[in-house]
Amino acid sequence: MATAAVELRHINKRFGAVQANRDVNLRVAARTVHGIVGENGAGKSTLMSILYGFYQADSGDIAIEGQPARITDSSAAIALGIGMVHQHFMLVDTLSALDNVMLGAEPGWRLQAARAQVRAQLDVLMRETGLQVSLDALVSELPVGERQRLEILKALLRGARILILDEPTAVLTPQETEALFETLRGLRARGTTVLLITHKLQEIMALCDAVTVMRQGQVVLDCAIQDTSIDGLAEAMVGRRVNLGRDGKRAQPGAVLMAARGLNWTDALGVARLRDVSLTLRAGEIVGVAGVAGNGQSELLDVLSGLLAPAQGQLQVGEASYTPARWMSTRVARERRIAHVPEDRHRRGLVLPFAAWESAVLGYQALKRYSQRGWMRRRAMREDTAAMLERYDVRPRNPDLRSSQFSGGNQQKLVLAREALHEPQVLLVGQPTRGVDIGAIEFIHGRLRAMRDAGGAVLVVSSELDEILALADRVVVMNAGRITGELPIEQCTESALGRLMGGAH
Amino acid sequence: MDDVLIGTLIASTLRVSVPLILCALAGVMCERSGVIDLGLEGKMLMTAFATAAVGVASGSLVLALLAALAVGVALSMLHGYACVSHRGDQVVLGMAITMTAAGLSVVLGIAGFAQGGQTPPLPEAVRLDRWFVGAGDVVAQLPYIGKTLSLAFFGHNGMVYGALALVGGVWWLLYRTRFGLRLRAAGENPTMVDAAGVSVRALRYQALALNGVLSALAGSYLVLAQNPSFIPNMTAGRGYMALAALIFGKWHPVGALWACLLFGFLDAVSIRLQGVPLPLVGEVPVQFIQALPYLLTVVLLAGFIGRAVAPAALGRPYVKER
Amino acid sequence: MSAQPVELPRWMDVALLPAVNLALALIVAGIVVTLVGFNPLQVLTLLAKGALGSQAGISYTLYYATTFICTGLAVAVAFHGGLFNIGGEGQAIMGGLGAGLAALAWSAQLPAGLMLPVMVLSAALFGGLWGAVPGALQAWRGSHTVITTIMFNFMAAALLSYLLVNGLKEPGNMTPESRAFAPSAHMPGVHEALGAVGIDWPRTPLNLTLLLALAAALLCYLGLWKSQPGYALRAVGYAPDAALYAGMQPRTLMVVAMATSGALAGLVGVNEIAGVHGRLLPDFVAGAGFAGIAVSLIGRNHPLGIVLASILFGVLYQGGSELAFEINGFSRDMVFMLQGLIVLFAGAMAQVAAPLLFKAWRSMGGGRQHG
Repeated sequence: MATAAVELRHINKRFGAVQANRDVNLRVAARTVHGIVGENGAGKSTLMSILYGFYQADSGDIAIEGQPARITDSSAAIALGIGMVHQHFMLVDTLSALDNVMLGAEPGWRLQAARAQVRAQLDVLMRETGLQVSLDALVSELPVGERQRLEILKALLRGARILILDEPTAVLTPQETEALFETLRGLRARGTTVLLITHKLQEIMALCDAVTVMRQGQVVLDCAIQDTSIDGLAEAMVGRRVNLGRDGKRAQPGAVLMAARGLNWTDALGVARLRDVSLTLRAGEIVGVAGVAGNGQSELLDVLSGLLAPAQGQLQVGEASYTPARWMSTRVARERRIAHVPEDRHRRGLVLPFAAWESAVLGYQALKRYSQRGWMRRRAMREDTAAMLERYDVRPRNPDLRSSQFSGGNQQKLVLAREALHEPQVLLVGQPTRGVDIGAIEFIHGRLRAMRDAGGAVLVVSSELDEILALADRVVVMNAGRITGELPIEQCTESALGRLMGGAH
Repeated sequence: MDDVLIGTLIASTLRVSVPLILCALAGVMCERSGVIDLGLEGKMLMTAFATAAVGVASGSLVLALLAALAVGVALSMLHGYACVSHRGDQVVLGMAITMTAAGLSVVLGIAGFAQGGQTPPLPEAVRLDRWFVGAGDVVAQLPYIGKTLSLAFFGHNGMVYGALALVGGVWWLLYRTRFGLRLRAAGENPTMVDAAGVSVRALRYQALALNGVLSALAGSYLVLAQNPSFIPNMTAGRGYMALAALIFGKWHPVGALWACLLFGFLDAVSIRLQGVPLPLVGEVPVQFIQALPYLLTVVLLAGFIGRAVAPAALGRPYVKER
Repeated sequence: MSAQPVELPRWMDVALLPAVNLALALIVAGIVVTLVGFNPLQVLTLLAKGALGSQAGISYTLYYATTFICTGLAVAVAFHGGLFNIGGEGQAIMGGLGAGLAALAWSAQLPAGLMLPVMVLSAALFGGLWGAVPGALQAWRGSHTVITTIMFNFMAAALLSYLLVNGLKEPGNMTPESRAFAPSAHMPGVHEALGAVGIDWPRTPLNLTLLLALAAALLCYLGLWKSQPGYALRAVGYAPDAALYAGMQPRTLMVVAMATSGALAGLVGVNEIAGVHGRLLPDFVAGAGFAGIAVSLIGRNHPLGIVLASILFGVLYQGGSELAFEINGFSRDMVFMLQGLIVLFAGAMAQVAAPLLFKAWRSMGGGRQHG
């Protein structure tokens, strides 16, 4: 058996209460493209971070090209021939591409001479690999695909023989993705070993020689690509789920409360985050939005709650109709009884230095009940806060405690209590149980179901597939800004969902 | 306008601009690495005092300069300790240095010399000599422009030429050396620099050390070339004007040079313009000219005459995240 | 503003930390005082006596405190809105200009009952405008208030100088001062008010602006923590993302914060121009804007803390004056130096002391997170 390029044996890593990697074994053959697949929290990012020296494993060992290796930091990893292209590029916009490549590894202290030397090396490299980058352009002037090529060149220039790419196609157009694949095939031919972290199953099948699937910190599948299929990968990624906590009630969806059509939005970097998204929310129904985080779910929530106006699209709420020119604002949304529990409760859902009773009116501060001629009606606010704390079992029952001093679960319950208090028709919820303890999770799920039973429409965005499966009556899957599929809960099999999450239409 | 007037105007512009140039260069070094420097005024004041006090006490130019350098670097290291090592608020630190320097310099001055905070005048031996006088006489013989050139550029003291040379030096350091590249990157994206294996903290401390040296030169110039005594609050806001100049120059050493020369020119010309009506606008009040550098900086910052984009990471303490 | 990574319990944050920082500043100042040949304890006692040991001393202390309350509140209000206002100097100058121009225009025609409120409003308006412009530039153009407010300080000084020399100077007079206002533009001194009820009090610059400043402090407290605009302002200052989520308008609130801030600093003009000088003259602010930064830092940006800190600084300034008078070689610059040291320890180096205090408290068994 030829010496593996990378061999990780019995890797364990724990962060607090979470076992991020559990007895992980990974063997990557040299000169191959090896895919690493998994959902959020599967452990693949942690594993790669260990390989690149950002963390040290609690136990286990690493061998690079047959030699045992101790990777204490990224310099050690680079010295061993490991290079990494991060999901968020590490580039300085105001410097040229050439300067960015050079930084930290300049040959000599005189810049002009160093530049000439590196330029010559890069010219050779660019010819050999086919990766073209305008070396003298400022990074701010380069399109996203070219910036990524720059990152790859940077790694190769430092002698990377093992190249790790973290979700590289998240920001690329289909043409750029194809170009990247060509590049990677070329690199493989040159002798580079490529580790591709991704959740896009079609890409794995198209490009990789072997694949490892991780789930909940463990390796669940590890084989050559010809020994598996998209369905096989999908099932492995998602796993056999027992539908926990379903209450057996069949949903009886009623009137349409909110309908979005053709939502499109592109961010400042030119990446399309919402592509022709259409969605309907009915009374008495929980719709779950599944998908790996970063595929447009956050932007969808922002658009539906009034925080963001799309470039194109239309929104119907009751009789009111909104277009990009005059989109619904958050204030109007609340008036139309659309409530929003944001994904990031620390930055958006609460004002951490505020006392609980002050956070408990966030968004509703201008209501007549709370505000009289400019003065806050603190008694009413405190009464409502006490009711919220009681109803949602938030501990400690102290309305004066600073919001930052509640535990994660209690903070989330407070935010949910606030949004539920004003009897919304539509509740938009992002990551309802992220960072929340088990007991609170059960409670929150119960409340969401109660809202549905009372006739409201609930939209739950979650990167925890378990949660979606436990709550939703209908599941919508997003990938790369598109809705790849929509299934009633009875038809949600592991492989169906996995395919949709992995980008298959 | 006759050539003597033009010549002397250029000469006084240069002389007045020198402390601004040196101070602005100090600010450029510091802010390009990502640390705000609002303490330029205080650093300049304290080093001016050190130069005067040691100069009078020792009678030695070398010792006086060394004292200024020591004080300047010490203040900059305090800046680093509070802001780089301990992530303190950089704006507040700058204010603290300026306010403390204003008081401390007078307290020590009274204690040392009992003249109400003023120091006795520096002996002539400590003050700076004029350079290129002979060359200036030769140039003056040239037809038409000789007199002007000679008056404008020759016969200044050494620090005038030194300051101009330092502009080139700082430019070369920032744009032609490895250290400069890394420093500029640290002010834009310190995470990237850290990931590349270079210490952001070390870079910022080194930048601050240079900042200390340059602001010390600015302060010492005040007593070595301008007023031979230290007078309480003698910097009179020039540290802030240097800050305005560095912003107006878009954080570039040569840009800062032009801004300093412009502001220095305005200063040099403001007295002469008193009572003299200009075409179109009539008499320009001296206070307007005094306020002009600040007004122009605000206009630039508001984006009305081009954009001044600060280093992206300016003012944000760097925390290694993992 | 840098974030505080360590969360101290309220009592430590509010009382112990400022006390520790103040102590550190006093210790360093004491070292300097010793180095120049004085006994720091003796200096401190004489200072306290000079400030609080006589009716005149107390009056001067409170007169200084009045000004510091105004500039301290200005810094605090802007801080709660997430902005740094270093423009207190310039806003105070403009406030004085506003009060003075109103007085010059109308003091002959209006009775004091109308003139004084007009002066106050004018001072607040002028100061508020001088704060609102940098606020608007930050909100709509992204120009950092730190730099713009410093620039505006210099522009205000230049404007005042120009007007004094060119427009307002009494003809034939050499000094750049305006003519004296009519008596209706005079804010009654405390000695006058007390005299009216039969209490004998020495004549000092202390005037009824003190009451105005205290009222302003109360209004700030109520406004920031009990009113809806105050709630919105603090939300924008502490958590801009949450403010957007809550439907607030961060830009408008930024301008409101800076305008209020400027208006508060402008009230210094009432204290000085209406209360003391009775005419417009140069340099009546004399560094009060910067003292306001120190006051706000030590006062933890809370109106009550600011009032207390202002009195403390009043003690320092008045005591310093007395000392300079009594002791040969002592000057008020020692107080300015102490002021700078307070800004250093309470502001820039707060990050150094806070974690140490936190660790000490934890090791003594201090609180755990709830939940």
